[in-house]
Amino acid sequence: MGYSGEYAVRATGLKKSYGETQALKGVDIHVKTGTVLGVLGPNGAGKTTAVRILTTLLQPDAGTAEVAGVDVLAHPDQARRVIGLSGQYAAVDEILTGRENLIMFGQLYGLPKSIAKARATELLAQFGLTAAGDRILKTYSGGMRRRLDLAASLIVAPPVLVLDEPTTGLDPRSRADMWQVIENLVSDGTTVLLTTQYLEEADRLANEIVVIDHGLVIAKGTADELKTQLGGERLDISVADGSNLAEVEQSLQQLASTWGIAGNEVLVEPHTRRFTVPYPAGAAGLMQAVRDLDSVGIHPTDFSLRRPTLDDVFLQLTGHAAEDMEGDGSYE
Amino acid sequence: MSSTDLTNDVRLSSALNLTARSKPRFVQLLNDSFVIGWRNLLRVPRQIDWLIGVTIMPLMFLLMFRYIFAGTVQMTLPQGVSAVNYLVVGILLQGIVFSGMNTGYGLAMDAKEGLMDRFRSLPMQHLAVVLGRIVADMAIAIFSTVTTILVAFAVGFRPTANLGEWLAAIGIMGLTAFVFCWLGAVIGLALKTVEAVSSIGFSAIMPLTFISSAFISTDFLPSWLQGFAANQPFSLSVNATRGLLNGYPDVGNTAWLAVMWWLGTLVVVIPLTAWLFEKRGE
Ligand SMILES: Nc1ncnc2c1ncn2[C@@H]1O[C@H](COP(=O)(O)OP(=O)(O)OP(=O)(O)O)[C@@H](O)[C@H]1O
Ligand SMILES: [Mg+2]
Repeated sequence: MGYSGEYAVRATGLKKSYGETQALKGVDIHVKTGTVLGVLGPNGAGKTTAVRILTTLLQPDAGTAEVAGVDVLAHPDQARRVIGLSGQYAAVDEILTGRENLIMFGQLYGLPKSIAKARATELLAQFGLTAAGDRILKTYSGGMRRRLDLAASLIVAPPVLVLDEPTTGLDPRSRADMWQVIENLVSDGTTVLLTTQYLEEADRLANEIVVIDHGLVIAKGTADELKTQLGGERLDISVADGSNLAEVEQSLQQLASTWGIAGNEVLVEPHTRRFTVPYPAGAAGLMQAVRDLDSVGIHPTDFSLRRPTLDDVFLQLTGHAAEDMEGDGSYE
Repeated sequence: MSSTDLTNDVRLSSALNLTARSKPRFVQLLNDSFVIGWRNLLRVPRQIDWLIGVTIMPLMFLLMFRYIFAGTVQMTLPQGVSAVNYLVVGILLQGIVFSGMNTGYGLAMDAKEGLMDRFRSLPMQHLAVVLGRIVADMAIAIFSTVTTILVAFAVGFRPTANLGEWLAAIGIMGLTAFVFCWLGAVIGLALKTVEAVSSIGFSAIMPLTFISSAFISTDFLPSWLQGFAANQPFSLSVNATRGLLNGYPDVGNTAWLAVMWWLGTLVVVIPLTAWLFEKRGE
């Protein structure tokens, strides 16, 4: 598939401001050839801004970007030949059929019409859109439109594929289909950079993960490394209406310390009366957790053990919840 | 299809891709404009209500001016000059100006649907996105202008032009349409949203058609507007077309002056469009 250097994507010190908003404050992104890098971050973290810079749509204020050995800033036109982009929102013509869309984009890549047609037929088949190929896109579901958008970015089988939140807004079934498609592309040798808000998605697809927040990289590593950093599963404990939350919190902090968890990692959401605490023993120690709670006099109305979510990543890494990202980012 | 087939085919495609892209830029521009133009034309019959809308507007102007204002306008004209002939030319050119706004609207629509970003991420000649839009909008303008002329004949339009004069008039109208498509493109790319184009863009271009000789001799306008109204290029287009089709007023050098104005406008507007297009991402 063309590129054989060590890093298919190499961006350093990317900075970009929109007026007062500093969307990127110096971000490095490196993707090893043939692997998948997941860029994880909440709304407004700067994911799309980074994607747009790497795909020639936006000029950074500072930094360098190279894709498949091509300097994106110096030779945008050459870069456009080696990058396939599927943006955050499907970028296809709603009033054309799926086939017409693919033929048009093929011709714009410079393919003669006959080849563009053959390629369109192939891609429709590959993405399970043969039956829908001659319907206009207005009649497509979100998942179908998203797949067509991806197909459009694969017309010349580019060595590097950039996907901005490829499964946001899809139902679980379409999401699983999309994951399968991406895995197939990777096994054929494509290098993929994808952004996501879902830890689960990064976990499933990405060899390495970069977590960004407020335009800065705040963590990076493999999914396992990040999870270890997160300290494993979480216990959610809800208590009855009218309980003394401060008392419960104190008991829970004491209990947590016996599990090796610092007191400040016990979180409380007063309006739902729910506490969240990392639980290193995981599912195997579930019974023990129930007994421990009982022994300190906590009687949950609801109790569950779950894997960490993106929110937990943020709590851990930044000390504030993902929803509090807007504004000055402080968390009271 | 086996993955080997795909790989072979991909190599073939990539090879062809590179060959095709080593063509001269100008050839690429024509090819890409044709592809985008064809795409825009494919959309027209699927948005038939929109097509009816843009065709009906000049017809409404025609009928209203013909039956409401023609009598009054007649009083301002010299003996022997038909108000219907006079007004029809103004209405045709106003319709042409408005159809230029379709270009701005279409580009803003492409931006809204995210297609603009797709185009900008492709190794194509980006100006083709605008040029292809204009190809389609010119086709629509021709359709709408011909429809208006036919209805005009039905309500009393009686031009005196011979074949040569008709061809010259068509040339002037065509050039005017082309220029206003580019101006529409500038408005569409600068204002960015569909809503802004259809409100602000329209209001910005509307006065140009009224502060002109399109519907009444500029001698009857307030004196502080007369200088601009009589000499602005849209009036020159109107006067030239009127002279060619109706024999009033004398054309003289007006047609050439109009052509010079419009060519000069293009020299400014085309690079401006290209610049606006490339900085759209900001
Ligand atoms: N065109 C723009 N003009 C002004 N501010 C912008 C623009 N685009 C993005 N921003 C701001 O830059 C910051 C980063 O935005 P960006 O779209 O890159 O985030 P994101 O991580 O992709 O978010 P999301 O998950 O919502 O897509 C945000 O604060 C956003 O408001
Ligand atoms: Mg985004």
